[in-house]
Formats: sequence, structure tokens, C-alpha cells
Amino acid sequence: MTGPARSVSLLGEEPAEPGNGDALDDEVLADLNLDQVIDSVAGDRDERELIRQLLRHPARDLATVSFRHEVFRDLEEPALLEAVRQFTEQLRQVQAHLSQLAKMHSVHQREGWFLDAAISYCDAVRKLADVLAERPVAARGLVALRDYLFDYAGSPGFARLAAEAADRRSELAGITYLIRIKGLRVEVSRYNGEPDYSAEIEKTFERFQQGAVKNYLVRYRTWPGMNHVSAQIAELLARLFADEFAALAGFCRRHQQFMDPVVSQAHREMQFYLAYLDYIRPLRSAGLTFCYPELTTGPKEIFARETFDLALAARLTARGQPVVTNEFQLTGPERVIVVSGPNQGGKTTFARTFGQLHHLARTGCPVPGQAARLHVHDQIFTHFERQEDIADLAGKLEQDLLRIQKALQAATPDSIVIMNEIFTSTTVSDAYFLGQRVLARVIGLDLLCVYVTFIDELAALGPSVVSMASTIVPGNAAERTYKVVRKPADGLAYALAIARKHGVTYDQLKGRLAP
Amino acid sequence: MKAHLLHADQDFDFAADLPPSSADLIADLELDTVLTTMAAGDKFLYQTCAKVLLASVTDPAAIRYRQSVLADCIAVPDVVRLMYDIAVAALTEKRRIWGLLSSQYPASILSSAINQLEVLIVRLRDLRRLADDHVAKFRSEGLVTLLHTLQRDLDDDYFEVLSDHLRQLRFADGELISAQLDRDNSGINFVLRAGGPRRGWKERVRIEPRSVYSFAISPRDEASGQALQDLANRGLNLVANAAAQAADHVSSFFTMLQAELAFYVGCLNLHDQLTARGQPLTFPDPLSWTSPQFTCEDLRDTSLSLRTGQVVGNDVTADGKALVIITGANSGGKSTFLRSVGLAQLMMQCGMFVTAGALRASVCQQLFTHFIREEDAEMVSGRLDEELSRMSRIADQIGPHCLILFNESFAATNEREGSEIGRQVVRALLEADIRVFFVSHQFDFADGFRREIADLTLFLRAPREPDGTRTFKLVAAQPLPTSYGQDIYHRIGGWPGDQLAAS
Repeated sequence: MTGPARSVSLLGEEPAEPGNGDALDDEVLADLNLDQVIDSVAGDRDERELIRQLLRHPARDLATVSFRHEVFRDLEEPALLEAVRQFTEQLRQVQAHLSQLAKMHSVHQREGWFLDAAISYCDAVRKLADVLAERPVAARGLVALRDYLFDYAGSPGFARLAAEAADRRSELAGITYLIRIKGLRVEVSRYNGEPDYSAEIEKTFERFQQGAVKNYLVRYRTWPGMNHVSAQIAELLARLFADEFAALAGFCRRHQQFMDPVVSQAHREMQFYLAYLDYIRPLRSAGLTFCYPELTTGPKEIFARETFDLALAARLTARGQPVVTNEFQLTGPERVIVVSGPNQGGKTTFARTFGQLHHLARTGCPVPGQAARLHVHDQIFTHFERQEDIADLAGKLEQDLLRIQKALQAATPDSIVIMNEIFTSTTVSDAYFLGQRVLARVIGLDLLCVYVTFIDELAALGPSVVSMASTIVPGNAAERTYKVVRKPADGLAYALAIARKHGVTYDQLKGRLAP
Repeated sequence: MKAHLLHADQDFDFAADLPPSSADLIADLELDTVLTTMAAGDKFLYQTCAKVLLASVTDPAAIRYRQSVLADCIAVPDVVRLMYDIAVAALTEKRRIWGLLSSQYPASILSSAINQLEVLIVRLRDLRRLADDHVAKFRSEGLVTLLHTLQRDLDDDYFEVLSDHLRQLRFADGELISAQLDRDNSGINFVLRAGGPRRGWKERVRIEPRSVYSFAISPRDEASGQALQDLANRGLNLVANAAAQAADHVSSFFTMLQAELAFYVGCLNLHDQLTARGQPLTFPDPLSWTSPQFTCEDLRDTSLSLRTGQVVGNDVTADGKALVIITGANSGGKSTFLRSVGLAQLMMQCGMFVTAGALRASVCQQLFTHFIREEDAEMVSGRLDEELSRMSRIADQIGPHCLILFNESFAATNEREGSEIGRQVVRALLEADIRVFFVSHQFDFADGFRREIADLTLFLRAPREPDGTRTFKLVAAQPLPTSYGQDIYHRIGGWPGDQLAAS
């Protein structure tokens, strides 16, 4: 019993599924901590694979990005969002029920479970159709779904399904029966008002109670509640209550494929929106903003205001800690942001934020920030320091250099390069030499780049380079603001101040290690 | 009855917390490779060996006690493995009985307890037979004492009395229960009822429709039997509990025996693998901590030996040196040497052999590592901050007679500042009678100690041959004021389009 033959997708004009762009590379995802974001958004939802795909792939084109923006915008309305959430929750249960059927050995159990699924399904469809009819929706995807559900919920086939399901349920709920267990033999009969014996039994054995003991009271579970014994009992009940069980079997036969394919697709696709909105809700409650960014293929004049690292913000917000936001803006010939300044000042976080924004913008999701204009990139390359691996005998530095070489070979003028404190396992002169070589190549390609370094000199390599720096609380070198602002690299370093903060200077350690 | 294979006079405390430095040691020394080999796929072996390996013994005599047990094990591996298998079998069979019959059902607990005791008695008799057959083959105090105890203390009467009691505890009775249909047509709302349905005469002669149907379940159908008991019997809780506890007492002996033997079985597994790879193995000579002693011949990184065939051993004499600084070429084997020192120290102090031609070293109170790490997943800390905060945690735990290994620590800032922090930390540690091994590429750091306390410091260097290749064998040599980053850059050909690299 399917509805009118139409195609309805919430993910884009074209028949859906992830974009045709390349998924973001695993290492890049990990470097940007987008893997954490994607893991958290997808969670253990049934459609986690779809959600992962959608978050890993840029949408096929900018039109698809707008299409998804519209859906997100409609779902900003709380009542509609809540209705969609309830719908997907009910449908999830329906699908869980149906997928469990194959594991059920008893035909009567299967039929009971199937009936239950059908009842939930009818309820979910009706509720969603009602809400979409009442509420104003503007997104192309949701308007199409609304029109479809209106026709479908009003069809005679659907009405029959709903009415029959309700009748079967009320009949079965009226049955009470008796089981007698004697050794390995079980008798099943109708219940005829025999008195409650449990109370007497309990009273008889009460005297043996020895105070607090482990509780062995059996907890009956309804799922998976059907064992061989109860299956055989059900078999006999089907004979004792032949009319009720025959009617149930008939219902299951007639409505084998009750789930409408368009409804189930909508259910799948809604989870993408719900998952992302659920993920950012606590952040918005904490006062952070999200925006629908402008995407440009023209001049690389990009900016973002009040933006932040999504993964870090989620973590901090969960702990009730404040999140520091940052801005950036590139105009004219500016392409490269060199970030320097005190350690633990938010440099890495700033670099990640830059990469996250560009990728997320392409998935059609709202991105961290009050407003943003971003460049439509072809690839993102990252290089963050990784843990030393003894299986790698070629040496850490060589590995670093080989990976950077590979990235710089593959990069184009539309690429984005993000590098974080490479070369720290070698000398200052090496780090300066190698950093300079990297930036020369980056500037030559005219691509967008964020380069985090402790070598101040790299921030002064020409008009395409913008210097930004992490900052400290004035007068307290050990306290960071986590703000990264546009300013010249000032040559200050703060290592010993941090050592003092941790109590590991010579004088402090002498005191701490004294017997 | 006690196993006492890890200590002469007490049980090993498997419930004790691991030393606070354990997580660092596991990560930094690649202990997982060693433990995985010891475990040979067995999770229990893995966990047990991890506990023993990390809980260093600091008394040289206690170390030698284990060395002699382990020497016995290596001499007669089959008997030791058999003894372990008996303990494993006893516990596995006991657990399997629990596993099949859910403890949600008191009637099942009762019959499980009886079955368990039967199984355990069989295995105790196996142990006794093993002791009778093989006791003459052992020399070590630990194993000889254990086998004598088994021969003397196992008394069949104890178990016969117990089984007599348990035999009386089985019973069954019929019960009548009402129920309704749940959403999946299984039973719900069970209520025990008095009385019962009887078929009237009209029904028996089939004038009325039948009102009672019945079936019987097979006696072999354990699951159904359990379901029936579950429905029928809610009153067996106390009896089942007491019987189950009796079984627990017997099995606790096997648990301790299994755990203490597990360490030696793990050592045998490791011994097999290292021998197969042709690695030199020796029992080290543990010395009490008076002055720092450390002399090795052909010392190898055990983890690396297990992973690759080609491992270079190092010969180092560092007696009387409180500080060992390792400098030199990237990829020159510095980290490998540092790990080999850490692993050897841990392996020595749990009573194990080491991968070396010879090792003589003073025992340390506790071993610590401070290695360069990936940026922490929490993201809040910068790298230097993270390193210093780790150093601060170590300072909370470390004390006199400890040993600490640093690998490229405090390098997350520029060389001048990194060196200064490193010098301050190391100076304070040395003055607190703590021994330090430090791998550093920072010339400034290393050179500072050469100028100040050359007599207490041993400098090792990962050399680079004149043709630019590296050997991995360290030599005693002063630090050099260069590194090799630019070499590598040129060797790999530089970035695309870089004229400089072509030269």
C-alpha cells in the first residue's frame, strides 16, 4: 500500500544521497577534530552512516547547499522541530520492530510485534501530516513532503490499515489465561477467576528472611520475552482463542508492506537535520551563534565573525565552561595567516576553526559564527604533529617533510593549507629554514593558508602574509585570553612563565622534592 | 592453601592500583607489544602480566625469588603450562556453568552451584596428581613449596561431605500462574493462582470444546527448563545463595593459582618468541640502590625485537652516572635505546629476563617516563603546557631512588627556552637522588651539563657516518651543535619548484 508515486527528498533537488565531491580525507578530519564532530553528530543514530557521509562530503553544488539551508531554517521553528523529532523517534521504533521480526521464531510473537509496529506507524504519519498542514513551511523539501503526506494520509488504503490495527489490538488486550507448570509439563487454559496465590506463598516463606540479602526477584522482560516455553504457550493460546488469533493473522497477511517508501526516506533524511541541530543546540543555549555562510568562488576576500572551534566548543559547553570566539578577515592580496604568540594561547584552535568552517559550509549546515563569507575550496591539506611511532624507523622529521612535500605537490590555487607547529623536533634554524620553504611555495600558489609557528620571522614574509597572534592577560604572562588577534608577531615567549605556573622551575621542584 | 609464586610469603595483590606512572609507561615504552606477546591472544594473561610487570619489586632478593621460579618454568615448561591449564579449566568450566544458566533464576543458581562443585573437585584431583608426578623436577623454593602443599592439604573427605549436603537441595513442584498478552503475544502480568482448571466430563467426551491444552518440554532443553523454573520457583533464593558461595570459596584458590601462574606462562610465551627471533636473553643482576649502577652488553629494545628482525644492541657503561644524555642524529636510534633501558628496568624488577647479553643495574623505587606526545585530544592545553603539566604530575609522585626517562621533552618551544626549562628540571631531580636518562636534540641543553657536571654525566650520541647514513648503535661522545633537518630536506628533493632543493 504505497502512496502516490512521487519522489520527495529533503537533501536536494536531485534524487538525494551525498554529494559527488571527494570526502574529506581521514587524516585531515582528525587534524581538524572534525572526526569528533562527526562522531558526536552521528552518534548511534540508525542513520549514522548517512549522516557521516553527508558531513564528510561537500554537497554536489552550491544550489544543494541553499536547498539544505532552507530546510534548516524551517526547522529553526521549535514546534515544527519537535514534531519532526517525534516522528523520527516513532518511525525508528517501527523500523526496530520490523527488523526484529526475522529473529522471532514464533509466528504469534511476530504477528503481535508486527501489529504493534503498524499502530505506531499510523500514529506517526497522522501526527506529522497534521503538523505540516498547520505550520507554515517554506523550504522546498518540506513543502513537497507536506503535500505528499496530505494525499497519503487521506487515502483509503491508509485509513483501512489504521482502523484494522486498532481493532486487533483491543481484542488481544482483553485476553487473560492460566498456565500450570508441573515438572516439565505445562497446561494452558482460560482464566476463570482463580484467587491470587502469590500473597500466600510470600507469607509462608517470610520467616526465612535474614535481613538484607541479594535480591533475586525475577525481572520479567517483554523483549526478548519469547522463549521456547512461551512460544508453545502462545501456540496453545491460539487454539484456545482461535477467533482473535485468526483475525490477527489475517491483518498481518493483508498489510505485509505497510511502510510507504517516501515516508521512510523522509525519516532517514530528517535524521541528518535533527542530528546536527541536536548537536548545536546546547552551544546556542550557551550564547554561541551559528550562521548560513555566503560561499564565494570569486576573489578570496573571506571573513568570519564570532566564530569558534566546534569540537572544542561542544566539549567546553558540556562542562559549563565559556567559549572564546575569534574573527578573521582577508582583503586584497592577503592569503596567508601566520599565527604566533604564547603557547596555550588558542593558536591551534584558531587553525582548526579555519579549516572546520570551510568544510562545514560546504555540507549545507549552519556554521559557527555570527556571519561568514568563505571561499569554495577544492581540497584541504593539514599538517599537525603526530605521536612518534616506533614502527616508523625513517624518523619523525623525515616523515613530516615527506608528508608536506606530498601535500604541496597536490595543492592547487583553490586549496586550503593548514599547518600547525611542525619541525618542533629539530633546531630553531632548521625550523626557520623549513618554514620559509613551505611559505614560499604556498605564496607561489596563491592559496589560502593558516600557518601556526613559534618562529616569529615567518610572520613578515610579504603582503600576502597576515600576522595574527595569541594573546595574554596584560600583566600576567601565564594567563591566556585564547583570543587570536591581528597584530605583529612580538617576539615574546612565555615558556618559563608556564613552567612556573605548573610548579616545575628549579626552585619550585627543589621544594616539592624535598624529603 | 596459597600459591605464593610471586612473593615467598604473601599473595600478589592483583586488586592493587597500578602505579600512577603506568599509563605513561605503557604508552611510552610500547609495553603493548611485549604484553601482547606474553598474552598470546589471551586477555586474562595480558591483564595479569601487565599488573605484575608494572608493579615493580624493589628488593633484589625478591627479584631473585621470581628469577628462580621462572628458571624452573623455562626448564620444565610443559608441566607449568599444564598446571596453568588445570586452573584455567577449573575456572572456565565453573564460569561456563554460570554462563549458560542465567543467575536471574534461583533454581538455576542452585543446580549450577552443585555442578560447579563437581567440576572443581575433578580439577583439584588433577592438581594433586600433577604434584605427585612432577615434584622432583623442580628446584625453586616457590614451586617446590606449592607442590608439597598440594600433596599434603587436599583431602577428599571435605568435598564428599559437601556434595552430600548439596545432593539434598534439589526439589521441584508445580505452580499455577495467570498471565496476559504482551505486545508481542508473550506473557505479561504473571500472578500466582490457587486451584486449577479441570476438564469437565462434557469436555472429556468432547461435547464441549476443549478448554485445557498441554505440552511437555524435553529434559535436555536447558533454556526452557530455566524458563519454567523461573516461572515456578521464586522461593529458592537463600539456599541457592549459600551453595553458590561454597563454590566460590573453592574457586578462589584456583583464581589465585591461575593469576600467579599466568605471569610465568606469559614469560614463557615471550621467551619462546624472543628465542625464535634469535634474541639474546639473560637474567639480569639486580643491585640495591646505593649508587647508580647501569652496565649492559648488547641491550635491545624488546618491543622492537618482537616487531622487526634487525635490532642493534647497545653496550653502555654508566655506573656512577646519575645523568645519561643521548644526543645525535634524527632516526639514529635514540628513542629505541631509551625504550630498551625502560623495558629492561621494568622486566628486571618483575623478575623477568631481559633482551641483552648482560645487564647489571641498581633497582629503582619506581620508573617514570616523560616522552613527547601528540597534542592532547582535549585541545585546551598547548603542547608545552601539556608537557609541563605532565611533569608536574610526575613531581607529585616521584622521589629518591626513582628513575626517569625523558624523550625530547620541553621541545615544544624554541631551543633556548626549552633548554632552560629542561636544565632546571633535571638539576632539581638529580639533587633529589633521582636518576635521569634524557634524549634531546637540543645542543644548548646537553652542552650545559657538559660544562657543569661532566663527571656525573654520561653522553651518548647517535652517530652519523661520514657518508650520511646512520648506524643505530650509540657511542659515548659529546653532543654536537648541529641537526640534520636540512639534509633530509635536500635528500627528499624539497618541495615542488624549490630551486634551493635541487642543489
